[in-house]
Amino acid sequence: MSAGSSAIGGSLRHAGGIGQRLTGAVLRWPASVRVAAAVLAVLVVGALASDVIAPLDDRAVDLDNVLAAPSWSYLLGTDEVGRDLLARVLHGVRISLAIAVFAALAAVVAGALVGVIAGTMGGKIDAVAMRATDVFASQNHFLLGILLLVLFRPALGGAGAIMLAVGLTHWPSLARIVRGELMSVRERPFVAAAVGGGAGRLRLARRHYVPHLMPAVGLAFVLTVPHAIFHESAYSFLGLGLEPHRASLGNILSDGQRSLLAGGWWIALFPGLAILLAAMTIGTLAEYWREHLHPRWRSELEL
Amino acid sequence: MLKLVARRLAMLPVILLAVATLTYALTEISPFDPVSAYVGAENDVSPERRAEIAHAWGFDQPVYERFGRWLWNMAHGDLGNSVVAGGQPVSSEIASRASASIVLVGGALALVLVGGLIFGVLAAAFRGTVFDWLVRTLCYFNTAAPSFWIGLLALYVFSIELGWLPAGGTSDPRAIDAGGVDLAHLVLPMIVLALTQYAWFVLFVRNTLLEVLREDHVQFARAQGIGEVAVLLRHALPNALIPFVTLVGTNLAELIGGTILVESIFGWPGLGLLALDAARSEDIPMIVAITLAASVLVVLGNLLADVLYRVMDPRVREATA
Repeated sequence: MSAGSSAIGGSLRHAGGIGQRLTGAVLRWPASVRVAAAVLAVLVVGALASDVIAPLDDRAVDLDNVLAAPSWSYLLGTDEVGRDLLARVLHGVRISLAIAVFAALAAVVAGALVGVIAGTMGGKIDAVAMRATDVFASQNHFLLGILLLVLFRPALGGAGAIMLAVGLTHWPSLARIVRGELMSVRERPFVAAAVGGGAGRLRLARRHYVPHLMPAVGLAFVLTVPHAIFHESAYSFLGLGLEPHRASLGNILSDGQRSLLAGGWWIALFPGLAILLAAMTIGTLAEYWREHLHPRWRSELEL
Repeated sequence: MLKLVARRLAMLPVILLAVATLTYALTEISPFDPVSAYVGAENDVSPERRAEIAHAWGFDQPVYERFGRWLWNMAHGDLGNSVVAGGQPVSSEIASRASASIVLVGGALALVLVGGLIFGVLAAAFRGTVFDWLVRTLCYFNTAAPSFWIGLLALYVFSIELGWLPAGGTSDPRAIDAGGVDLAHLVLPMIVLALTQYAWFVLFVRNTLLEVLREDHVQFARAQGIGEVAVLLRHALPNALIPFVTLVGTNLAELIGGTILVESIFGWPGLGLLALDAARSEDIPMIVAITLAASVLVVLGNLLADVLYRVMDPRVREATA
C-alpha cells in the first residue's frame, strides 16, 4: 500500500522520498494492520532466509533427537527422523507461499481474461462465457481440484498441477467482477468524454479501463492467496499434491498426522499455525485495502 | 410456486449435461492415459497389449462417439466400473457409501444451524461487549484455520490424550445403512466438519440481525414498549432468517467438499473417503461420478433455498408472481 492511494496521502506525495511516504502510511495504519504486516514480514523474511540461516538446515538429521519435543536446542522440536521442525516449517512456508502466489496469479489471469473477453465482446460470446463461468462456479472447488490433480499431476508434477487446480477453480468470481466493472465503467461520462475527444480503443483501455480495473483485480489476487495456501496444504496433506519429499506445509502436516499416535503433537501443531498466521495476516491486510478502495463498504456493524 | 419448482427441475438435466461435458472435456484434454494408469508404471507391457486394452475400452474410437456413449450409459444409470471398488459398478458403490456421508453432513449442518443461530443472536444481543468481541475473534480465527488442522488437533486432544472419544472409523459400517448411528465415532468428524462453516453462519446471523434491528418496524416495536428480548426474537430474528436460508444452499457445497478432508482424518467410511481412495488409485470414473453427484446435490440445495425464500418472504413471492 502506497501513501498515494490513501485520502490524505495526496499532500505527502511530494513531501519526500518513498521511504518517508511509506513511513507516513504505516503511521496511519490501525494497530491490527501493523501487527499483521509485522507478523507477515517475519514469516516471509524467515522463509526467504531459511537457506541462509546456517543452523536451520531442513534436511540435517539428528538421530539423537528423534521426535524430540520443543526445547531450547530445537525451538519447535524435531520430526520422526530427527529433522529440525523450525527449519522445515520455514522451508514449508516458502514452498507453500510460492506455489500459492503463482496459483492465485493463474486464477486472476484466467478470470481477468474471461471477464475482459465477455465484457468487451458482448452478445453471444458474452452469454457463452458467462454460462461457462456459472458451470465452473457451481462446482465445489475442492472436489473439482482433486479431479484436476489426478488428471494433470503425472504430466505437470505436483506444483504445476496444484497451480492448475487452483487456477481453474478460482477464476469465476474474478471473471464476474471484471466483466461487471468493465460494463459499468464504459457507461461513465469520462469515457464518453474520452471517446468524444477522439481516443482510440487502445488509449481507452490503457488510460481508463486498466487503471479502473487494477485495484479490484489486485485485491482479488491478494484475497485468493490464502485460499491457494489452504488448497496446496490440503492437497499435499492428502497425498495428492506436492511430492512427499518436498517440505511444503501440507506435507509436514501429513507427517504430523503419522506422528500423532507417537505423541508428536508439535509436528501437527506448528505447520498449521503457520498456515493460520499467513491466512490471517494476508486477510487483515486485504480487508484494510478493501476499506481504502471502497469506504462505503466499511461495515457500520463493527461496533 | 409449483411452476418455479418445475422450471428449475427442468434445468437440472441441462446443468448436469454442462457439468458432464466439462468433466469429460477435462479428461479428454489432459495428458492422463488410463491405459498406463491401468497397467502401472513398472509393468513392461507391449504396445500390442496396450492397443488391445485401449480397443477393449473403446479408446480407439472418435471422441464424439465415446462421449455420446458415455452420456447414454449415464442416462441409464451406468456410470462405469470402479477400480477402488474392485471392478464393481460405480453407482452401486456410491449408493452403499452415501448414507454415512448423509449422516455426517446432515449432523454437521444441524450443528451449524443451531450453533450459528444461538451464537449469532447472542452476539447481536450483546453487541459491543466483551462477549461479542470474543465471538467475533473466535470466528475470525475459525475462518483462517484450515479444517484438517483443527481435525488433527481435536483428534490428538480428545482421542489420544484424553481418550474421551474413539480416534476414528466406525464400529460397524453396516449399522449406518440400517439406520443406526454410531454416535461416539460420529461426534468428532461432525463437529470438525461443522467448524468449517460455523464462523460464516455466526457472523452472518449477527450482522443481518444488527441490520434488521435498525429498520423502522423494529423501532416501532420498541416505541410500543415491547421488551428488548421480544423485539430481538419476535420482530427482528424472523426477518434476519430469510437471507440465512440462501446461505444454507451455498454452504452445502462447501460441507460436501469438506467431507473429503474430515472423513480422511477420522476414517469415516463415506463418499469423501471414497473420493480420496479413488483419487489415490486414479479411478477417474469414480471421481467424475462423485463430482456429478455433488453438482446435483448443490443444485437441489439451491432450489430448496429458493423455494424456502419465497415461502418466507412475501415480497419476493409477489415480485416473481
